[in-house]
Amino acid sequence: MISGPVVVAISIAYLLMLFAIAWIGDRRAAQGRSLIDNPTTYVLSMAVFCTSWTFYGSVGRAAQGGLAFLPIYLGPTLVVALSSVIIGKMVHIGRTHRITSIADFISARYGKSPVLGGIVTIIAVAGIMPYISLQLKAVSTTLTAVLDWPNVSSPITTIPVLGDTVLLVALFLAAFAILFGTRHIDASEHHQGMVLAIAFESVIKLVAFLAVGAFVTYHLHDGFADIFLKAADNPDLRRLFTLQGSAYGDWVALVVLSMLAFTCLPRQFQVTVVENTNRHHVDRMVWLFPLYLLAINIFVLPVALAGRMAFGDSVSPDLYVLALPLSQGAEALTLLVFLGGLSAAASMVIVETIALSTMVCNDLVMPLLLRLRWLGLSSRADLSGLLLGIRRVTMAVVILLGYAYVRLIGDSYALATIGLTSFAAAAQFAPALIGGILWKGATEKGALAGLLAGFAIWLYTLLLPNFARSGWLPVEFAEQGLAGIEFLKPYALFGLSGLEPVTHSLVWSMLANIGAYVLVSLLTGHTALERIQASLFVDALRPTGPAHGRSRFWRGTASVAELRALCVRFVGLDGADRAFAQWAGQRGIDLNNLSEADPDLVDMAETLLAGAIGTASARVMVASVSKGEVVGLDEVMEILDEASQVIAYSQRLEAATAELKDANKRLQELDHMKDDFISTVTHELRTPLTSIRSFSEILFDNPEMNPDQRQEFLSIVIKESERLTRLINQVLDMAKLESGRMTWTIRPASPRALVEDSIAATHALFEDKGVTLETDLADLPEMDTDADKFMQVVLNLLSNAVKFVEPGSGRVSLGLAADGDGLRLRVADNGTGLPSDSLEKVFDRFLQVGDTMTNKPKGTGLGLAISKTIVEHLGGRIWAENGPQGGAVFTVTLPRQPPS
Amino acid sequence: MARSVLVVDDEPNIVLSLEYLLKQVGYDVHVARDGEAALSAIAEHRPGLVLLDVMMPKRDGYDVCRTIRASADWADMPVIMLTARGSDSDRQMGMDAGANEYITKPFSTRDVVEKVRHFLGIP
Repeated sequence: MISGPVVVAISIAYLLMLFAIAWIGDRRAAQGRSLIDNPTTYVLSMAVFCTSWTFYGSVGRAAQGGLAFLPIYLGPTLVVALSSVIIGKMVHIGRTHRITSIADFISARYGKSPVLGGIVTIIAVAGIMPYISLQLKAVSTTLTAVLDWPNVSSPITTIPVLGDTVLLVALFLAAFAILFGTRHIDASEHHQGMVLAIAFESVIKLVAFLAVGAFVTYHLHDGFADIFLKAADNPDLRRLFTLQGSAYGDWVALVVLSMLAFTCLPRQFQVTVVENTNRHHVDRMVWLFPLYLLAINIFVLPVALAGRMAFGDSVSPDLYVLALPLSQGAEALTLLVFLGGLSAAASMVIVETIALSTMVCNDLVMPLLLRLRWLGLSSRADLSGLLLGIRRVTMAVVILLGYAYVRLIGDSYALATIGLTSFAAAAQFAPALIGGILWKGATEKGALAGLLAGFAIWLYTLLLPNFARSGWLPVEFAEQGLAGIEFLKPYALFGLSGLEPVTHSLVWSMLANIGAYVLVSLLTGHTALERIQASLFVDALRPTGPAHGRSRFWRGTASVAELRALCVRFVGLDGADRAFAQWAGQRGIDLNNLSEADPDLVDMAETLLAGAIGTASARVMVASVSKGEVVGLDEVMEILDEASQVIAYSQRLEAATAELKDANKRLQELDHMKDDFISTVTHELRTPLTSIRSFSEILFDNPEMNPDQRQEFLSIVIKESERLTRLINQVLDMAKLESGRMTWTIRPASPRALVEDSIAATHALFEDKGVTLETDLADLPEMDTDADKFMQVVLNLLSNAVKFVEPGSGRVSLGLAADGDGLRLRVADNGTGLPSDSLEKVFDRFLQVGDTMTNKPKGTGLGLAISKTIVEHLGGRIWAENGPQGGAVFTVTLPRQPPS
Repeated sequence: MARSVLVVDDEPNIVLSLEYLLKQVGYDVHVARDGEAALSAIAEHRPGLVLLDVMMPKRDGYDVCRTIRASADWADMPVIMLTARGSDSDRQMGMDAGANEYITKPFSTRDVVEKVRHFLGIP
């Protein structure tokens, strides 16, 4: 037996240590050297999930129901493992919109609805505040157990209030919550000291539980195997190892319930979303939090079995954790376990109180106060003091009410079952919360209908029967239903029987909640503001989502001075100045020169206020100083449709971007080619022009020139003029061909006749140079072709061949033969042939092979390029090769018909 | 020889006109049809000035000009670039290569004669 004063002194010392830790945390935060800005502390603070109800109660449940304690932990494990996307999204939204609580979150999502915020707050207070009592009761019960061992059953109600250590603990916790929960009014600054203390407590309760687990398993017994073997000899205990057949439904229900509770309990929302300092801390949660849960549960079954074996029914299973070390006289361990339980209770009470008081203040009291004009709130200079006052009073009231509950109904059935009952209450937030970030179509009325329906069923099937079984309502209500109507039996509503009360309640309340939520959402429409908020929440993680331009939805102005004065009233002069200066700094704006606030600044001010008084009230306050409204629903739809189209397009755009890049590259190449082309054309035009001008000037300046010379020079002028004309024509041809503006006249024509016409046209060239032309022309049937273009190709090949052979000895052979049902034209010469690397390039524009030949007749450099374009347009091919005896061979193949 | 000009161009008619023009004024004229021929003609005839086309096979005018400037014997030899490319950057390239003058085709014959006279004096 441990002496009372020692226990009390140690408890108080421990609580004082929490104060010190929180104080250090706040101090470091103020110095900018945050101690909690790391993922491990963040995850540890989430372990506020493990309250004294689980610290002591897990073993209790395990001792009576075997593995039945597990679903409570499997749920959160599943949530963090499977839906970190949802939590990550909630955290992101919470940070962007400066969400202060789960009520604020739901209110903000559904058009900043004050009604929704209020309803959520009421449900939370009704469903969860008694849970605070349960924590205090646990402190009381365990304290009694430690002090009065082995007499553990003296009820708290017999202890005088004034001498009650639990009251002392409650007062300490209230003081802690007030001190570290309301130091700032701006939620975005977080309660860093509080979070640090909570994380510390998570470590203490884990260490304590592991210590007692190890003590029981390895000191009292010989390890896990030993305990399980001993327990297996007892048929009563063996039953605990296995799941009973009928329990599967309850298992699933409990897993689902704890999943929803983990997401929706106000204290979980507080530490996960509101207190989050860095969105990426969520990543650590995915594995560290399940690990924590595994560690704190690993000894649950051994301790439960050892307790059953040691005490049977003589000690409440909920006290096994404490009773086992106590009965062995292990005083230090007993104290550690007590402190672990105190940690679990204290952290829950503190966080829940802060969360509830924020909700009560921002979502219940403020909207009401702002509505009461006679209070003159809208004209009071500084409201931040009032806000803090409201929160402090709320905290004190919440904790003291909790204490009063314990004293009044401490041993009632209602309080004993409040754990799962409050889980079920929190679960009612899930449809509106999770639906709200996934489904844009959800409306305020839908959320309201769902919440009210779910809450009503929860009340009827869980809370009221619990009251009845506690004796506050006629017990017939629980057993026979309202007015004895069979269909309205609270535990077997509409004839659904055979389920555990919690499972039964969850099934019906969720059915009603989700049903009403979806149905009413589908039947009702959005207001403009709702539509905006829905979009901001659901598309929060989209990089092209509308969040980046939410000020677009607000049109109108406010005076900067008024806006600033408003912010000063709620967040104080320092806070307001800092926020305004930061806003101006980021935009490079001098606030002194700004009198009219633009929508962006108004939006900033509203978000700032939202962090202090909640989204709905912030909206009301900003609207009171600004002229203009949120744009109409039609326009909102337009903007959002635009945004969603943008999102839809963005994926296509990404694909298109790649194509565009390619196209751009091609365009640049084309542009480059065009520049080259123009530069080359210019060069090619200047060359004959130079000769023409030079000789014209020479002729002009020398009228006395001898006639032969004059004749020679004049003939050069004429030839160069012809060259210039040819060049211009070919450049135009080329341009037309390439732009597709060339007109084609496809008619049946005899290939042989066309080739013969071409030969006739080049006859003079061959004559002049003394080049022999050998022909071998097959008589082919008529083909569909453009006669002029076809001849242009043949002429070009013939005149090229003439150019590149020696005068006198030059020989050119021309062959025309069938090729399938098309034709094959072959022009070979006995010139020097082509360098092998030029066989393909020879068809490039302006590439003139054999430039080095002196006195060669200059071509335009376009002939082969044009020929190639023509041949390809007619569906054929043209290529160059060197003949076996040297000399170039050009071959053209054409199909019977050009491609359509 | 101080009064001789080397005309370098791959266009026979341009060479012909320049040759006629400069001979008429009284200079000795040598011709070359590409960059390599130009360099051997310079070595052989040591002309007082080179009229140098830019776009030529084998070695272009810039290359020839740089070679002239880099050689100890010919570094001072006046070079007038003849080119069918007219842009400022082309002109700059010519100047960078070491040309003394830059004439754009089609040129005025009087202009060419005048520029040659500027370097070689009246023959």
